[in-house]
Amino acid sequence: MNGLAMHLPILPVLLPLVAGIALLALRSAPLAVQRGISLAATAALVPLALALLATASDGTQLVYKLGNWDAPFGIVLVADRLAAWMLMATALVALFALLHALRGDDVQGRHFHVLYQLQLFGLNGAFLTGDLFNLFVFFEILLLASYGLLLHGGGPLRVKAGLHFVVINLVGSTLFLFAVGTLYGVTGTLNMADLAVKLARTVPENLALVEAAGLLLFGVFALKAALLPLHLWLPAAYAHTSAPVAALFAIMTKVGAYSILRVYSLMFGADAGAVANLLADWLMPLALVTLVAGMLGAVGATALRQQIAYLVIASVGTLLAAFALDSVDGIAAGLYYLPHTTLATAAIFLLADPIARARGERADRFESGPAMPGARVLGGLFFVAAIAMAGLPPLSGFLGKFMLLRAALESPWLTWLWSAVLATGLIGVITLARSGSLLFYRTHSTTEKLTAPRAADWLPAAGLLLLGLGMVVWAGPVSDYATATAAQLLEPQAYIDAVLGGRP
Amino acid sequence: MEALIALVIGVLTASGVFLALRGQTFPVVLGLTFLSYAVNLFLFVMGRLAIGVPPVISDAAAYTDPLPQALVLTAIVISFGMTAFVIVLALKARAELGNDHVDGTHSEEDAAP
Repeated sequence: MNGLAMHLPILPVLLPLVAGIALLALRSAPLAVQRGISLAATAALVPLALALLATASDGTQLVYKLGNWDAPFGIVLVADRLAAWMLMATALVALFALLHALRGDDVQGRHFHVLYQLQLFGLNGAFLTGDLFNLFVFFEILLLASYGLLLHGGGPLRVKAGLHFVVINLVGSTLFLFAVGTLYGVTGTLNMADLAVKLARTVPENLALVEAAGLLLFGVFALKAALLPLHLWLPAAYAHTSAPVAALFAIMTKVGAYSILRVYSLMFGADAGAVANLLADWLMPLALVTLVAGMLGAVGATALRQQIAYLVIASVGTLLAAFALDSVDGIAAGLYYLPHTTLATAAIFLLADPIARARGERADRFESGPAMPGARVLGGLFFVAAIAMAGLPPLSGFLGKFMLLRAALESPWLTWLWSAVLATGLIGVITLARSGSLLFYRTHSTTEKLTAPRAADWLPAAGLLLLGLGMVVWAGPVSDYATATAAQLLEPQAYIDAVLGGRP
Repeated sequence: MEALIALVIGVLTASGVFLALRGQTFPVVLGLTFLSYAVNLFLFVMGRLAIGVPPVISDAAAYTDPLPQALVLTAIVISFGMTAFVIVLALKARAELGNDHVDGTHSEEDAAP
């Protein structure tokens, strides 16, 4: 491999970091320059992710040794199918959320673009790293940037939600360190592939320690993914932050889901000897309860953005239920559902912003308001987004749920999973239909002067919905890729060999 | 020495958890600080306790694991930055919400002395 291609796995990590630092240095430069740099750096992530996707699609697991130190002594970045998949979803959501931010949200406070780039730095790093402590560091980077982004623009509600978010995540970070420390104390390594090898040979007297550490890690990831009962921070935080940030945060819960999938397929999977299938009894019931609780929250929500936040929780439940099936078909369904739900959530968060703006002082609260100007465009887009969110045909949500239901056919959880997914699907349709009719139909005339949305207000959301449509049109290749990814994840030996170079 | 260190970590963690569950922001911040102290100590002793041996592999018969020390250094820096941030955030919340309760309002129970 020559020059740049050899360094491909680190570019998605380096680029946002360099852009973020450059933006910090240029903080007094004209706004157009800052926006240009931020947009260019974010847009460049898309071809980078595509290149990684192309490299990984033949099953290559690209291992990048930082400082050329061999694993397990040095830190490695691993670009396999799953990592490339997550990078692609992140890059697309980030690009459209940034386009939305450029129409005014980025000047409500300082350093929006710096924080945005650092957030992407943390996200991309977390997806690529092959080292457990490094994962912690990237978590901290993305969290610290997300604290800043969440509070961007200020206001009492945002500060209150932000305080809860920060405190609970700090406790989560502490637990992460306890878990990492215990694993290091027992195995003497932090490289995930090496950990997988060593954990499989755990001696009986250390078994309880390792299991405690593994479940502690699960607690931390469940907190990030907003799995019940650790979901209470999410609705307030997502409902009160600005639209582009909420859209970008659509990928944040997926970081937790990704970590669960990565760590528990690699380190505690079926081949892990003494600690195999550590999560088998926990994940499925928790995921299904999360799905139901999230949907009930959405029914009881009093404002559109709050409702979407609860739908995020429900989607995490669906996603983890798919991962919990622990079969190629189940994980493939989850991996198809993951970009779909990220795109759909981001789109509907971006749509809630112009809807709230067009309704004047009623914002996005569910109460009868004046007929909004531009209701046709916004209503049409809301309709499409709601279909995608609720999982109705012909959009990608339906295909994702269909794959999930089909994958569950052989599972002992068949009855529970089918009833939970189908019942919440129905409730989702009813809830979103009620919200749509309240916002768009039950209107009265008013003397209040309302401004019509400009095209720039809804174009990014429409773009995200088009991508979702693309997932339906090219459902064949996309689901083939997801199936291949799932198969790769369930064969952790290839990953271990790639990282450790085939040494025992 | 093991028992002493374990006791110290345990007491720090317990105080941290207790304080982090309080209703006002200042005790919560203190609680988070205690928790981070506890975890730093914990990470440090994960390299096993040893006295008077070098943290590098050399001709000496015994050496102590240098990696946990590097991990602790990273963890200290991160928790230091986080603590600074959460203090500023608590001050901002005090200014924006008018009181120092984590929920932004004091309930009647809290008002009692």
